[in-house]
Amino acid sequence: MSDLLKIADKTYRSRLLVGTGKYKDFTETRAAIDASGAEIITVAIRRTNIGQTVGEPSLLDYLPPEEFTYLPNTAGCYSADDAVRTLRLARELLDGHKLVKLEVLGDPNTLYPNMTETLAAAKTLVKDGFDVMVYCSDDPIIAKQLEEIGCCAVMPLASLIGSGMGILNPWNLQIIIENAKIPVLVDAGVGTASDAAIAMELGCQGVLMNTAIAAAKHPVLMAGAMKKAVEAGREAYLAGRMPRKLYSASPSSPTTGLIA
Amino acid sequence: MQLTINGKFRDFQESSLSVAELVNVLTLTGKRIAIELNGEIVPRSQFETIQLMDGDKLEIVGAVGGG
Repeated sequence: MSDLLKIADKTYRSRLLVGTGKYKDFTETRAAIDASGAEIITVAIRRTNIGQTVGEPSLLDYLPPEEFTYLPNTAGCYSADDAVRTLRLARELLDGHKLVKLEVLGDPNTLYPNMTETLAAAKTLVKDGFDVMVYCSDDPIIAKQLEEIGCCAVMPLASLIGSGMGILNPWNLQIIIENAKIPVLVDAGVGTASDAAIAMELGCQGVLMNTAIAAAKHPVLMAGAMKKAVEAGREAYLAGRMPRKLYSASPSSPTTGLIA
Repeated sequence: MQLTINGKFRDFQESSLSVAELVNVLTLTGKRIAIELNGEIVPRSQFETIQLMDGDKLEIVGAVGGG
């Protein structure tokens, strides 16, 4: 059965998107990403270290842009202007690459998104020809507005970035999923494999995570677990779970033919 | 001339530099970078032709690990 993730007219086999931050070294980054099976990987855009770069290996040496779909992000941006500038630089850096992850933060302690600035940045970026996957709060109205602006995917948080608290409001996520005509991906907050499976069972089109893998005791092992969890959750969603029957038990074995 | 690169003042003996020459001086040739000059993106195709002037502000960025 072919069940592909489609984002902005391109299809992907993997529904797990992973970040490339917080790993011990580039070798571990690469091993974890291979184990995750992810095709889309996020990267941050930062000032180059002038004078310290000669011969120093770079992320791109370990994760060639030809092998993966890069998703440059705006992590650390607190205004629409900074986010737009960052992604215009990313587009130049990656030879005209249009697929980006927009996130505009509102508070350094919670890293909660500033949706006013995010909406403003999304408008500018869509007008400028970017395919915008947007990190957002789990507010169904905001998610709809981002869709109407022309974003190609909405990515509500499951819980705070890097918190590993899992899916705190499945009801809101479900409302967003039911109302959306574009892919909904959970971004941020996943802590372990069951969280990813739950997100997929709710009907998310994919899950984006970084810390849940990178901060695990064994990141490469966790990356494999996440791959399976996303696949299992997706299949369970497609299979359609049995209805919950709170007070009526139903035996799986025949009720007749029992010995005297 | 003096340029502001990634938020820091830097003095150069040269009175005139193209963006490509600056990239070379900073030993960044061949690295995958993107440059913003006074708030505007400099396309790589224009590195040779755009001349920097005293007081210019540049941002030079690359891709790093992130989530």
